[in-house]
Amino acid sequence: MNDIIISLQNISAEYDGEKVIDNLNLDIRDHEFVTFLGPSGCGKTTTLRIIGGFVEPVEGDVFFDGERINGLPPFKRNVNTVFQRYALFPHLDVYNNIAFGLKLTKVPEKQIAAKVGAMLKLVNLEGYESRNINQLSGGQQQRVAIARALINEPRVLLLDEPLGALDLKLRKEMQLELKRIQQTLGITFIYVTHDQEEALTMSDRVLVMRNGKIQQNGTPEDIYNEPINAFVADFIGESNIVHGVMLEDYLVEFAGVKFACEDKGFAHLEAVDVVIRPEDFKMVGAEEGMINGKVESITFKGVHFEIIMEGHGLRWMIHSTESREVGENIGLNLTPNDIHVMKKLEEGR
Amino acid sequence: MRTKAAAYPYIAWGMLFIAIPLGLIIYFSFTDSAGALTFDNIIRVGKYSNVVVKSVWLSAVSTVICLALGYPIAYYMSRASAMTSRTLLLLIMLPMWMNFLLRTYGWMSILENSGLINQFFGLLGLGPFHLINTQGAVVLGMVYNYIPFMILPLHSVMLKIGNDVIEAAQDLGASPRHVLTDVVIPLSLPGIKTGVILVFVPSVSTFVISQMLGGGGNQLIGDIIELQFLGNAYNPNLGSAISFVLMLIVLLLMSVTGFIGDDLEENLI
Repeated sequence: MNDIIISLQNISAEYDGEKVIDNLNLDIRDHEFVTFLGPSGCGKTTTLRIIGGFVEPVEGDVFFDGERINGLPPFKRNVNTVFQRYALFPHLDVYNNIAFGLKLTKVPEKQIAAKVGAMLKLVNLEGYESRNINQLSGGQQQRVAIARALINEPRVLLLDEPLGALDLKLRKEMQLELKRIQQTLGITFIYVTHDQEEALTMSDRVLVMRNGKIQQNGTPEDIYNEPINAFVADFIGESNIVHGVMLEDYLVEFAGVKFACEDKGFAHLEAVDVVIRPEDFKMVGAEEGMINGKVESITFKGVHFEIIMEGHGLRWMIHSTESREVGENIGLNLTPNDIHVMKKLEEGR
Repeated sequence: MRTKAAAYPYIAWGMLFIAIPLGLIIYFSFTDSAGALTFDNIIRVGKYSNVVVKSVWLSAVSTVICLALGYPIAYYMSRASAMTSRTLLLLIMLPMWMNFLLRTYGWMSILENSGLINQFFGLLGLGPFHLINTQGAVVLGMVYNYIPFMILPLHSVMLKIGNDVIEAAQDLGASPRHVLTDVVIPLSLPGIKTGVILVFVPSVSTFVISQMLGGGGNQLIGDIIELQFLGNAYNPNLGSAISFVLMLIVLLLMSVTGFIGDDLEENLI
């Protein structure tokens, strides 16, 4: 347990008198790539800013390497940040932007030059030293921002939606690049995003947040395959979420049909959310399925077709590599491990 | 094409009220009252060199004080909430909407030997102190009248400095002092240059402030020029020559100190 580098204990934070972080507890291990994932306003950026020292929590303690750092100003913390809109210094060229952190220390100029060179190499911007910031593309600016934040060799790098302003192709490229940089340097990355795919691609661990609370904390596989509630299921990938009733352990009823499932421990007749991933349905012939209905629309999505079927008074989203005709009657089958039964969300939580 | 046409009225205005008067000043500078070419006027300006030096010196002091006082105010305003910032801006502009003479008369009655300040000290059994008709009073008048022209350009430049840039500097290890010297000052340099020009230029040629607050002993070059046109020393040719030389001195000072140059246009935007 000694490798915990950052620990947040009972943290609450307010913004304009409104609670944005609600009694949050969190340990981050050294060398981990952790992502805070959630919709805007969920408190993910505020949590990052608490670690960076830009926001003071109204309650709770922040520990860095076992030391309480509440009230320590940002310039004394051994973490560095890659800001959302890069926040590069417009009056300095690439070299001096990257060297900024080192020039504040008493490092000799020769050593600074060597380190800036190494950083430029790390982010694939060799030869850009004397470029002006406004001559760079968004992706290049982002690389400068990363190099600038890494030059002080922080134990932890904070990244606040760093790829938000880039186009899709560049974003995918930078995702791999960031992962590579993290693995090369072996330091802790704390990453904030609202893009679930980004979170799943890069992270060792994902924290799904909502309304200032952590909903689920687990590996990308855990979060995707075993979402803890309908919110997480809905946020991570696409899902069918329907109301159901738990009849007994391993038996749930929804859409007017009883299904065997793998979930237990609910109260008798407890109302639950049932989550089914669209790719988990097996399509069978008309009236041969557990759920039957008529195809309402088909959209080609590249790798798969997205089929919307109406049946049992509900709409079902199916992802399949096979196509069907609009208006065709089909059936859907599910195996017990395709059905995820979840406690109903309390409102507002 | 249309944008070009839209500039014509200003070009006409500029010719009529800027280029032609400037030409006339140069013409008068190099002619005598009969209209013959002469360098006498220019040579006679040398007689007033100590007044010119004093004017430049007092204006420079005022400009430095305006910058020292205005910079923190402008910075605070640019970081404050919109409401606070608006209120402060209004308070800074409000005196400008009052008549210039009235404002300066106000200072006279405050600084006089029997004025407000000395009355106050009198209650404490101190003074009276000699405040009016000193160089200090002239500098005070200049600072009071021209400080808005320092604050406004500084404020508009500082508004453009993003909070995230300041946070980035803090994040990289910059103490508050280094945030100021390494980020805020370099980024507000265009505002500093504009503010210095806008304060220094009117200060150096002012005459009302020096007459009202400086008494007879603190004549500035503006007063001498006024005398040539409106006073009993009536001599428009000499007045023009002094104006012309003053203009050259200001231009020279501004360019050697780097306040005007290739980036002037950029600074004023």
